[in-house]
Amino acid sequence: MRNGQYGRTLRRLTTYGFVTLGALASIFPLYYMVVGSLQLRADSAFSGLIPKAGNLGLQNYRDVNKAISLLPSLGNSAIFTLGTVVLTIVVGLPAGYALARLRFPGKPAVAGGLILVLVLPFQVMMIPLYILAVRDYGLADNYLGMILPFAVNPAAVLIFRQFFISLPDELFDAAHIDGAGEVRTLLLVAAPLTKPAILTASVITFIGPWNEFLWPFLITKKHSMQPLAVSLGEYVSTNAATAANPYGVILAGACVLAVPVIALFLVAQRYFTSAALGSGVKE
Amino acid sequence: MIGLYLTAPYLVYLVIVYAVPIIQGFRISVLDYVYAAPGASVPQPFVGLKNYRKALSDPLLRRSFLNILEFLAINVPLTVILGMTLAAVLAKLSRMKTFFRSAFFVPYVTASIAVIGVWYFLFSQGGLIDHVLGSWAPNPSWLVNSKLAMVVIALEVTWKQLGFYVLLYLAGVLLIPDSLYEAASIDGAGPVRQFRAITVPALRNITILVTTLALIVGANLFAEPYLLTGGGGPNGATMSPALLIYQKGVEQGEPGVGAAIGVLLTLFILLVAGAGAGARRLVQAREAA
Repeated sequence: MRNGQYGRTLRRLTTYGFVTLGALASIFPLYYMVVGSLQLRADSAFSGLIPKAGNLGLQNYRDVNKAISLLPSLGNSAIFTLGTVVLTIVVGLPAGYALARLRFPGKPAVAGGLILVLVLPFQVMMIPLYILAVRDYGLADNYLGMILPFAVNPAAVLIFRQFFISLPDELFDAAHIDGAGEVRTLLLVAAPLTKPAILTASVITFIGPWNEFLWPFLITKKHSMQPLAVSLGEYVSTNAATAANPYGVILAGACVLAVPVIALFLVAQRYFTSAALGSGVKE
Repeated sequence: MIGLYLTAPYLVYLVIVYAVPIIQGFRISVLDYVYAAPGASVPQPFVGLKNYRKALSDPLLRRSFLNILEFLAINVPLTVILGMTLAAVLAKLSRMKTFFRSAFFVPYVTASIAVIGVWYFLFSQGGLIDHVLGSWAPNPSWLVNSKLAMVVIALEVTWKQLGFYVLLYLAGVLLIPDSLYEAASIDGAGPVRQFRAITVPALRNITILVTTLALIVGANLFAEPYLLTGGGGPNGATMSPALLIYQKGVEQGEPGVGAAIGVLLTLFILLVAGAGAGARRLVQAREAA
């Protein structure tokens, strides 16, 4: 009896010890990012882990703002990201609904295309898409050009589809008996219920373009059009070496880039459920 | 018919952003394609497989494919072992579940560029990692050491993505019926036995998914080798196919070669994925026998 109790306590201790270790390893680099961004002189010694009063300040934030003007960059990131989210909902929601509840010619083609784009490595089409977007579609240094490859997030379409499949058939039968057509059914019956699915799809879609480097980096040459991830990335690759405290300046920019998404995640984390992520990749 | 109207915008999008570029990619890969001002007409002569020969004769291409394999060799075992164990443990927690779940997931939502900034600071010469290691610090330093640079990148990406996989595994763990564990514990199986005999096999499909996604992530690596190791360095030790496509196709103005590498990369991914599926079948057949 006694032994069993000790065993259980020991097991619980090991369990919590293990996840605590994992959590610390997850969070530590982000903690270090904040600490490093506040150091006036880069202090990579072990003791530098704890902020020191004499070596603390916001100079790095002023410096990074001087180098890449944060506010316009953040504005570009916001337009790029929100544009993607809006297009994903406007185009993806009806498509998800049709894939879930309707029969129509060409349905297998759409469903197949959706799965294909989910597993296709983007870099395979990097050169042709770059040429098409810049030359044929004329979208260099243009928000639409940045949004284009992200415009309809396939994971979000799958979330919508999964959501409409999960709604009870009776709901739709009742609307049909009342004589509502498919469009009326979608607008009056299904759409009001979709709020949680829209929120889940939005937060999951948000992460992609906000954090993306390669594509907006390719398609924007004007600094005034670059989202923050791109202007910070270019700063790292070209000018950082000339700064007095390059690490601190980069980390200050990193904090400004990371904080909005982390904040959104913490506020909206109940929409980041395993089930939602699962439905985005399950099939 | 209404379904067709509702999906038409999405279908148009798939054609413009995926179908046309994929076809164009094949076309460009067999042309001597030259960048020209919009509207200007330049001859783009057909050159057969010349771009492919050029791409394949570049030792950096081989290096970049081998680097994917090195990335997989580090990333997949770590992700599978840690992701599975953390998910199994997380499912059993009675308190602070949300806190731990969020802690694991935060790196995944953080921008690569931000993460690269911290790892640059951590692994620079004389950085915190070197301070902790003291005289054990490697020489040449991590990011300029041709044996270690790819390891650092693989660890960084593994760390960043782990939370996503923990959530995927967690979804799988929660589907395993409790009765299985109860029966096993009546039979006297301890937690470790239970984990190996019940949890691991039940999560096989997720493990396959993890491996497939890791392959795509490895092929798509760009920001890390571009920024963390200064353009795939040292000496191509961290070169990735995506970075090579960018260097050839955009920086060096040879879109034909870049497009050809894109096609070769697709074949390579199909080959590795096929080999993985074959190996799985072999193992399953042996288990059944």
